Amino acid sequence: MVSIKKNAKAKKSKIDFYTPYTLRNALTKGDFLTRIGMLIMGAGNIFRKQIGKGIFYLFFEVAYIIFMIQNGIQNLSMLPSLGDKLQEKVWSEDLGIFVYTEGDNSLILLLYGFATLAVTVGFLIIWASSLKSAYKSQCLKKEGKHLNTFLEDIKSLFDENLHKLLLTGPMAGVLAFTVIPLIFMISMAFTNYSKEGGKLVLFDWVGLQNFIKVLNFNDSIGQTFWSVLGWTIIWAIFATGLNYIMGMILAIVINRKDTRMKAFWRFCFVLSIAIPQFVSLLIMRTMLQPNGAVNVLLQNMGWIDSPLPFLTSANWARVTVIVVNLWVGIPFTMLQVTGILQNIPAELYESAKVDGANAVVTFFKITLPYMLFVTTPYLITTFTGNINNFNVIYLLSGGNPTPVGSTAGKTDLLVTWLYKLTVDQQYYSIGSVIGIMTFVVLAVFSLIAYRSTGSYKNEEEFQ
Amino acid sequence: MMRKAGNASMGVRRKVNNLIVHTILAILSFVWIFPVIWVILTSFSDQIGSYVSSFLPKSYTLDNYKKLFTDTTILNFPKMFSNTLIIAVFTCIISTFFVLSVSYVMSRLRFKVRKPLLNVALTLTLFPGFMSMVAVYYILKAVGLAEGDMIRVALIMVYSGGSGLGFYIAKGFFDTIPKALDEAAFLDGANKWQVFTKVTIPLSKPIIVYTILTSFLSPWLDFIFARVICRANADTFTVSIGLWRMLEKEYINSWYTSFAAGAVCISIPIAILFIYMQRYYVEGLTGSVKG
Repeated sequence: MVSIKKNAKAKKSKIDFYTPYTLRNALTKGDFLTRIGMLIMGAGNIFRKQIGKGIFYLFFEVAYIIFMIQNGIQNLSMLPSLGDKLQEKVWSEDLGIFVYTEGDNSLILLLYGFATLAVTVGFLIIWASSLKSAYKSQCLKKEGKHLNTFLEDIKSLFDENLHKLLLTGPMAGVLAFTVIPLIFMISMAFTNYSKEGGKLVLFDWVGLQNFIKVLNFNDSIGQTFWSVLGWTIIWAIFATGLNYIMGMILAIVINRKDTRMKAFWRFCFVLSIAIPQFVSLLIMRTMLQPNGAVNVLLQNMGWIDSPLPFLTSANWARVTVIVVNLWVGIPFTMLQVTGILQNIPAELYESAKVDGANAVVTFFKITLPYMLFVTTPYLITTFTGNINNFNVIYLLSGGNPTPVGSTAGKTDLLVTWLYKLTVDQQYYSIGSVIGIMTFVVLAVFSLIAYRSTGSYKNEEEFQ
Repeated sequence: MMRKAGNASMGVRRKVNNLIVHTILAILSFVWIFPVIWVILTSFSDQIGSYVSSFLPKSYTLDNYKKLFTDTTILNFPKMFSNTLIIAVFTCIISTFFVLSVSYVMSRLRFKVRKPLLNVALTLTLFPGFMSMVAVYYILKAVGLAEGDMIRVALIMVYSGGSGLGFYIAKGFFDTIPKALDEAAFLDGANKWQVFTKVTIPLSKPIIVYTILTSFLSPWLDFIFARVICRANADTFTVSIGLWRMLEKEYINSWYTSFAAGAVCISIPIAILFIYMQRYYVEGLTGSVKG
């Protein structure tokens, strides 16, 4: 009877994750041993005979203090100024030659400063957890309950704390290779780290100056930004919309009752997905050059006199990238929608036929509305994917043609421009602002998308 | 009489319709297959250089393949291939483990920070993937992983490090495994780790195969990260940078046909893996327990 009650209670507390062992309780209701843990981490555990756990916490404290004394404090103190010592040539009396003094490198200082901040945040989390753990053992001891030994704590990692065990590795990876670099890059948006003005070694915080520059219609960077943003959105609309409609029509045509060799047709189209995208795009690029295969073929057949400027004239290039993207994307759409198309109730089509509707009318009155209803989330993710579509643009046109003196070409998207600004041209601060702007555009679309999908709202529906 | 004539004309119209549809499909298929055929033909062409005077090569040869595998002085294709293979194997092991762990935790376990973590993961995927790349390069440089042979280690870490974020498809699969199975195992005295390894994993073959294949393929398909991290270290080039390099201005004249040969060599195994994976992807999407 008691155990059933206990189970029910455990289940309930699991649902709302209520725990009395919070940091606030530890600080307000903790006894002397618990509170001493604020200074000496793990003390509360060690004195209550959870020695392994206590030493574990203490180890972190010692390591953190050593790190801070050796490097950490120095790193943090350089963060506001980002260094001001230039590398200098000084006459050395002893050696009789000029030697270079070591100058400051703002980038390294910024990186180490953020790394130290990250370590400190990590330490504070461990500090809080040590206090909570001390308070928990205080309470359990008062109630006369069993305290977990170190071995039992480790065992719990395979059971009720399995999420901690399984998430540690992946989260460390994401922190090191996504979160910290992102914060680092975002912080650059507020500096003048750029080739412009020779600020590649020493740079300073400049506040919102870069944002003002990028959003300003009168500045040359600002003008480039708005025109690239405009093209990015036009590109995303065409690339998504045309792929969707044409892929669906292709799927319908292949699914038709009278179409023969369905599997063969599907294979022809799927083959193009199976080839690595960078290979097929590089092939397309060479084929569309002024002396590439397509122009040669057309000239040999006598259809054109001079080569067509597929990737060399701005308007041609814009149409070309959209058309080549159709080549890449239509088979994907076809694969995705084939299954859904077969789910459309056949009665709908039969009654339309009785009413004398032709294929075009049925498509616009039945198929398209039904598909839009089912695949809206897919459509919006494709749209955001296209805003971020680096491969097609970079490998195909490289953003060209580029007007003289501009940092962005006529087919550059925000992402490829970001790549050029940072990797090729070293305008890091502006590049970082562009990255943040891309995020803002994407976030707006995706928030609408994910919030409206059923799988986000009712994710436990089928469990 | 009238009706019969109507039927006959319907039949003719249907035939005409079918003829039109099949012709259009044939033309479209040709458009889709054309680049594939063209690159295969080019890889056997004995005209060196990217300028073509005719669509079909004038004569055929195997020299391009020979050059690709034996001429290792400037662009060492066998080395690029082995680099990519090593990176792919390690990436595959680490990221499969990461992806399955995160998906299982997010699908099956309930804990306080679960929803916030899901939202953070969603937000992180919205940043342009390589925006952090430049920073990653400097971090790797600061810890001494951006030079010489360590670049391979760096690439493995980069490819597998962020992989935990790609858990959506596998999570969706785990969501379809009935919870009753877990509860039955708990009644038998299993702990959560045992449920994960002895109940969930054996039921998830399609999604595991899918995860393994996608993570194995990612180093072969990636171009941007490898380029940012390898820079000019030709020794550690992966296949994709190598092939891209062959089309650069200084190499294109002597390497163009070998590029085509390399593209064929890389595409065939990847295409086979992809078509094989497709089956598991579809099975993975339809869920674990049928009916």
